[in-house]
Amino acid sequence: MTWQWFHRLGSPKWFYEKTTVWLPWIAAAAVILLVVGSIWGLAFAPPDAKQGNSYRIIYIHVPASFLALAGYYVMAISGAIGLIWRMKLSFMVLKSAAPVGAVLTFVSLITGSIWGKPTWGTWWEWDARITSMLVLFFLYLGIIALQSAYRQQEAADKTSAILALVGMVNIPIIYKSVDWWYTLHQPATLKLTEKSAIDPSMAYPLITMILAFYAVYAWLLISQIRVEVLRREKKTRWVQSIGEVS
Amino acid sequence: MSDIAPQSHVLSASLRREFVLAFRNRGEVANPLIFFFCIIIFVPLGISPEGKVLAPLAPGMIWIVALLATLLSLDRLFRSDWEDGSLEQMLLSGQSLYLIVINKVFVHWLTTGLPLTALSPFLGVMMSLPAEGYLPLVSSLFLGTCCLSLIGAIGAALTVALRRGGLLLSLIIMPLYVPVLIFGTAAVRSAIDGYSVSGQFAVLGAMLTAALVLAPLAVSGALRISVDS
Amino acid sequence: MNKAQLSLVNLSCEREERLIFSGLNAQYDAGDVVHIAGPNGVGKTTLMRIVTGLSSHYEGEVRWCGEVARGYEFHSSLLYHGHHAGINPSLTPLENLHWYFGLNGVAAASARSSLDTVFLNALAKVGLTGYGDIPCLHMSAGQQRRVALARLYISEAPLWVLDEPFTAIDKAGVAQLEQRIDDHAKSGGLVLLTTHQASALGNLKTLNMAKFAGGEQ
Repeated sequence: MTWQWFHRLGSPKWFYEKTTVWLPWIAAAAVILLVVGSIWGLAFAPPDAKQGNSYRIIYIHVPASFLALAGYYVMAISGAIGLIWRMKLSFMVLKSAAPVGAVLTFVSLITGSIWGKPTWGTWWEWDARITSMLVLFFLYLGIIALQSAYRQQEAADKTSAILALVGMVNIPIIYKSVDWWYTLHQPATLKLTEKSAIDPSMAYPLITMILAFYAVYAWLLISQIRVEVLRREKKTRWVQSIGEVS
Repeated sequence: MSDIAPQSHVLSASLRREFVLAFRNRGEVANPLIFFFCIIIFVPLGISPEGKVLAPLAPGMIWIVALLATLLSLDRLFRSDWEDGSLEQMLLSGQSLYLIVINKVFVHWLTTGLPLTALSPFLGVMMSLPAEGYLPLVSSLFLGTCCLSLIGAIGAALTVALRRGGLLLSLIIMPLYVPVLIFGTAAVRSAIDGYSVSGQFAVLGAMLTAALVLAPLAVSGALRISVDS
Repeated sequence: MNKAQLSLVNLSCEREERLIFSGLNAQYDAGDVVHIAGPNGVGKTTLMRIVTGLSSHYEGEVRWCGEVARGYEFHSSLLYHGHHAGINPSLTPLENLHWYFGLNGVAAASARSSLDTVFLNALAKVGLTGYGDIPCLHMSAGQQRRVALARLYISEAPLWVLDEPFTAIDKAGVAQLEQRIDDHAKSGGLVLLTTHQASALGNLKTLNMAKFAGGEQ
């Protein structure tokens, strides 16, 4: 059957066995990229003409924001797959992606706030991006809260999958509205991430850091999913045999 | 096999039921409206009774309170149907759940959103809302509360199987209300400042259309899951 | 109309990592009254919810008249009486019945006034003469159950799935209900029911759930 690979992908056992092999490589890639990216970004990239050295926080802020948003889509899409094809593993992905995404959103908020202090002179500015991030943070919290409110795992999985999908439809609308709201209230003072203005000497370390964050994200997510796999499959023979071996 | 119940019967039967229920439980239905008034008292008490201070806050405050009042009213949307087994019967009737959901949400809006809209001018007076703001306030609430009811129904359906779903419902729905709040208040503020508001109303209308099409689908799915849990 | 026939094909059910039953095969035809039997927790209610389509936690197939039992065609042939019977306490029995049959359809004349007569007759048959316009919350638990059972005298659905229909019903009521179930089966209907009371029903088939109970996974 051509769909065989798809079903195999949905098997928690298969996933667990494969990731046992992959995980060290992903971890190694994450560490190398992180080290290279941060040394490059912090020590070798030139200081910004206007912001001096304080801009260097973008090497964390931007990748974190990136992954925070992408993480929501990972979560919602795996939820949709779970609802449509009733794939066990995809619900585990959904559940594991929520806290990882929430943490990244939190990192993005914190770094944004720290960056705000030297830039605007205040810890909190109702900037469009930060506000959107805050809303995203609450979207994540909603998923986590709904997940933990249900005692039956199946109900928790399916309801949070629906909520994640509703959130996914809403995110572009929320982002657009907040952008529009911001221009209405504060005619652009200083945009945090000016896309075109960034110099290649600053951009390359940024790209490295984005890749590093992707690897870290994959690492965290996969580790979370593996825990979830073991927790949910603890009664099966293959999980119990793992326990016996080690 | 029984005769196929025509959609018009389904429509009239479930509408009639919802209206009768709203009337019988009118105390419960009135609570969010009373809340709407109560909270607005806090604004002058907590900030300042001066018209100069209140006027710029008025559109936003009235909108926020309407939003909170709607949130309070949502928990009862499917609660009793879930508890007494009516929801099971709705699912098993084989009728379009979309239709049944739209019916319920419509009556919810008629008993919550519409009265809130109708009461808003009074709050406007109490909050010294400038004269140009009244029409946009009422019309933006008219469209906006429809959206609030529709989107909120998703939260109500997702949490109906939880014994204490009320607070969780607010938590999961609040972020989804952000765009409605932004455009609703912006419409009023633009009107007061003398700008055109057709853009804001177009966006509110678009959001309402999208919510009308999509929200009942999510609600139906969520209700099936809640009954199945 | 096809002849009533319900087939359960290799049904199994797993909830929260526990196998409740498996390998359940059975077939029933018009005229059968099936008593789903077994001790508590063996999945009687679960099986009923699977048959009706309320539950999706199963493997295997439920077939009605040869077709997979889902969708409008099946649901219009089904009457389900659950633990919570779908009687809203704020509504009167008449209002409850109007709503139910508005959703499910009823062959009798569609004018509201003539429906009233049909409904009042049915209520009289379950011993609720004069209760038509009293909100259900003023009635006893048994009386509320009876309001739901009045549907059995009106509905033309061939398949009845009755979960504990005798709960909170007095002796005379039970006898009458059994009579109604018997009549329904004789006129070509099919009834699935659970009960903890010894039943006086004749031609009763028993589906013993304990036989399919899930052991070790």
